[in-house]
Amino acid sequence: MTNLVRSRMLWSAVALAVAAATLPWWVSGYILGILTVAYYFGVFSMAWDLLFGFAGEVNFGPTFLIGLGAYTAAILDARWGPPIPVCIVAGGLVALVGGLLLAVPALRLRGPYFGLITLVAVLLLQNAIVIFAGVTGGEIGMTVPDIMSISAEQNYWYALAFLVVCAVILFGLSRSAIGLILQASGQDAIGAQALGFNVTKHKLAAFCVSAVFSGVAGAMLVFYQGTASVSTVVDLGVGVQIIIAAVLGGRRTILGAVLGAVFLIVAGEFLRPLGQINTFVVAALALAVILFFPDGLLGNLLRVRERE
Amino acid sequence: MSAAARLSVRGLTKRFGGLVAVKDIGFDIEAGEILGLIGPNGSGKSTVMKLIMGIERPNAGSVKMDGTEMAGWAPHRIARAGVGIVFQHSRPLHRQTVLEHIKLALLPDSLIKLFADPHVNRRAREIAERVELGAVMHRYPATLPFADLRRMEMAKAIARDPKVVLVDEPFAGLTLAESESFAALIRSFRAEGRAVLLVDHNVKSLAALVDRALAMYLGEQIAEGTADEVMQNETVRRVYLGGKIETRERSRGEVIGKPEILEVEDLGVLYGKARALDGASLHVREGEFVSLVGLNGAGKTTLFNAISGFVPYQGTIRFGGQDLRGMSGAAIARAGVVQCPETRELFNDMTVRENLDLGGYHLAEATRADQLAWLFDLFPILKSRQRQTARTLSGGEQQMLAIARALMMQPRLLILDEPTLGLAPVILEQLSKALESLQRTTPITVLLGEQNVTFALPHADRVYVLEHGQIVWEGDPSSFEREMGRGYLETVPVGKPLAFPARA
Repeated sequence: MTNLVRSRMLWSAVALAVAAATLPWWVSGYILGILTVAYYFGVFSMAWDLLFGFAGEVNFGPTFLIGLGAYTAAILDARWGPPIPVCIVAGGLVALVGGLLLAVPALRLRGPYFGLITLVAVLLLQNAIVIFAGVTGGEIGMTVPDIMSISAEQNYWYALAFLVVCAVILFGLSRSAIGLILQASGQDAIGAQALGFNVTKHKLAAFCVSAVFSGVAGAMLVFYQGTASVSTVVDLGVGVQIIIAAVLGGRRTILGAVLGAVFLIVAGEFLRPLGQINTFVVAALALAVILFFPDGLLGNLLRVRERE
Repeated sequence: MSAAARLSVRGLTKRFGGLVAVKDIGFDIEAGEILGLIGPNGSGKSTVMKLIMGIERPNAGSVKMDGTEMAGWAPHRIARAGVGIVFQHSRPLHRQTVLEHIKLALLPDSLIKLFADPHVNRRAREIAERVELGAVMHRYPATLPFADLRRMEMAKAIARDPKVVLVDEPFAGLTLAESESFAALIRSFRAEGRAVLLVDHNVKSLAALVDRALAMYLGEQIAEGTADEVMQNETVRRVYLGGKIETRERSRGEVIGKPEILEVEDLGVLYGKARALDGASLHVREGEFVSLVGLNGAGKTTLFNAISGFVPYQGTIRFGGQDLRGMSGAAIARAGVVQCPETRELFNDMTVRENLDLGGYHLAEATRADQLAWLFDLFPILKSRQRQTARTLSGGEQQMLAIARALMMQPRLLILDEPTLGLAPVILEQLSKALESLQRTTPITVLLGEQNVTFALPHADRVYVLEHGQIVWEGDPSSFEREMGRGYLETVPVGKPLAFPARA
C-alpha cells in the first residue's frame, strides 16, 4: 500500500515534469519567462525544506546563501569573465563556505537562536553589498556581461532541467537512510542521539547541501536575468516568499515546495493587473492555506495516508 | 573494587542552579543483572538515568562501562559505546511505519551510506516479531495503541544491541496483561547478559523483576538491597508513608451541614490512548479540607486540570451548583476555582511583589493592600524577600509564593497540587504551619493533591485515594492508616503477587 501511494506521488511528479517539458510548444515566451523564475524559486524552496522539514531548523535567511552564490557568480563574471559554468560552480562553493561559517557556530545554539542568526546574516550581507558598492553595484545592483541565452525557450529548458536534477537529488536524499536519520534528528534530537546518531553532524551536512543548491540556483538566476540586485536575490522579502512557498506546498515533502513556488510566482504574475492589491491578495491566499491546511498542499495528502 | 561490573557509577552529582538534584549516587550493575532505581516524584532518579546517558552532564562523579570512563561524553557516543535507553514518552516520526522506525535504529551514523544494508530489513522484522509488533509493523504510529508505541521504543533499544539498557517507568500507562509481557521482555534482556536499570517511582511494581533495588529521596541514596529489604527499610517507609501519621481532631460538625461546593461525577480523561482518569467521583463541601493522595502518575494532576478546564473530559464537574463544562480556564478561575500547580508556574523574572500584585490584579486597591498584608502575615519570609526575583528564591520559598499568589485571587476553592514536591522536611513544617493557620483563620475550601501522606493527612477533613485513575478509597484520616497504610506503598500488583510477611 505504502509503496503504491509513494510511487503514485512519484509518477505524478514525473507526469508533471513531462507536461512541463511540452510547454514551450504551446505557450508564449512571456509565460515561459515567468515559469523559468518560478523553477529557480522551486529549487530555493526545496533546499529550504530540507533544512526546515527534515533537519527541523528554521532558516530565516535562505537569501543569505542565495545572495552569496548570486553575487559571487556576478562579480566573478564581471571582473574576470571566466566561462559561465565556472562562475556558477564558484557561486555554489562560496555559498557552501559562507553557510559553514554561519552554521557551525549557530547550530551550537538551541531553540529560536539558530533562526535569529540566519536572519541577522541576511542583514549583514545586505549591508556589505551596499557598503562595497564599487564592486557590487550597491543598491542599484550590477549587470553581468554574459547571460545563458537570449532565447526564452532555451532559458526555460535550462531551468527545467536544473529543477528536475535538483528534485531528483533532494527527494532521493530525503527518502534515503540519511533522510531518515535527519528526520529523527529534527523531530527528537535526544531520541536520535540515544540511538547513536551525531545530530549536529547530520544537521550540518543538511545545511551544506541546502547551501550548495541555494548558491548554484542563485548563480543561475543571475545569468538568466542578467543582473544581480539586492531586491531580487538578497532582500528579506524574497526569503519570506521562499519560506511561504515551501510551507504552502507542504513541509517535509520536498516536491511540494516546487508546487508552492510555482503557485506563488505564477499567481503573483497573473494578479499583476490588480496593481497594488496584487501582493496583498497573494499573501492573503497563502495565509489562508497555512491557517486551514497547515500541512500544505502535498502534506495534506500524506496526512490522510498516516491515518489509514 | 568491582572490575567486573558492566556499569559502574560512583559519586554522581548534579546541580541545577542551587538545587542539588543528584548527590553522590553510586552503584554497580553486572552483566545479566536488573537493578531497580526507585524513589518518589522529584527524587532525582530520572536525572541519574539522564546522567548515565549523557543527556545531562554530571557536575562530579564517574560513569564507567567495562572500565571505560564515559562521564561528560555526548549522548551519541555513549549510545555507540553500548548504552540503550527506553524513554517513557515516545515521540515517533509520523510519516514512518513501525518497521522504518526499527530500521532507523539499525542504521550506522554515516553521512555517505545512502541505502541501508540488506540485512537491516531482515533484522528489523525479527525485532518487530520479538516485541510482538509483527502484525502491525507496516502501520503508522498514529494508528497504534499506547502499549504498541512503548513496544516500538523497546524495539529501537534492542536494535542497538546495547550492553546496558536503561528503562524509564517501564509499566506506566500499561494494563496488567501488557505489563506482564513487558516484564517478560525485560527478563529476556537479563537472560541475554545485558545489564538493566529500571527507573520507577513504585517499589512494588518492580519487586518481582529486579535483582537488587536502590531507593532515592531528594537526590540521595536512602536504601539499597533486595526489593524486600528496600521495601521493609524504615527510611523508605517513612518517605512513602510518613513515619507517624498524625491526624488532627476537628469537629466535623462545622462542615457536615454545609452545601457541596464541588461535585465531580464519573470523570474520565484520555491522553491520546492512555487513560489517565477512569470514572472518578469526588465531592467537597464548603469550608472543607480534602486531601487526594496517590502516587506519581495516579491521575491527581489530571483531575485538577479537568476541574480547572485545562483538559477535555467525560462526566460532569459542578462548582457551586454550576456546570463547568464549556467554560474556559480563565472563566473557571474567575468563578473562584484557583489552582496552584505542581510546577508552580511563577513569573521567574519578576519580583515576589510583582508576582503577588499580578495575582491580585482584579482587586480594588484597598482590598489588595489588605490581602497582601494578610499574606505577609501568613508567609513572613515573603515579606522580607519582596524585591527579589522569583528565580532567586529557594524551592520552599517559591512554593510559598505560588500559594500566596493563588490566595491573592481570593479563591473560593484552592487546589494545591503536590506543594511538597522536592522540598526538604524543614520547609514542609513551615508550609504545614501556614496551611493550618489558613484553615483556622479563613473559611476557604482546599483540595490538596499529595503523594506525601504525612503532609496530606494532618490537615484533612476527608481523604480520597487515587490509583491508576480511579478513586479506590474514601474516608477520614484516622482510618487511613488502619485501612490503607500498607496497601498504599505496595499498590499496583505487577507480575506474580509476592508473599510478604503480613505486618500487624
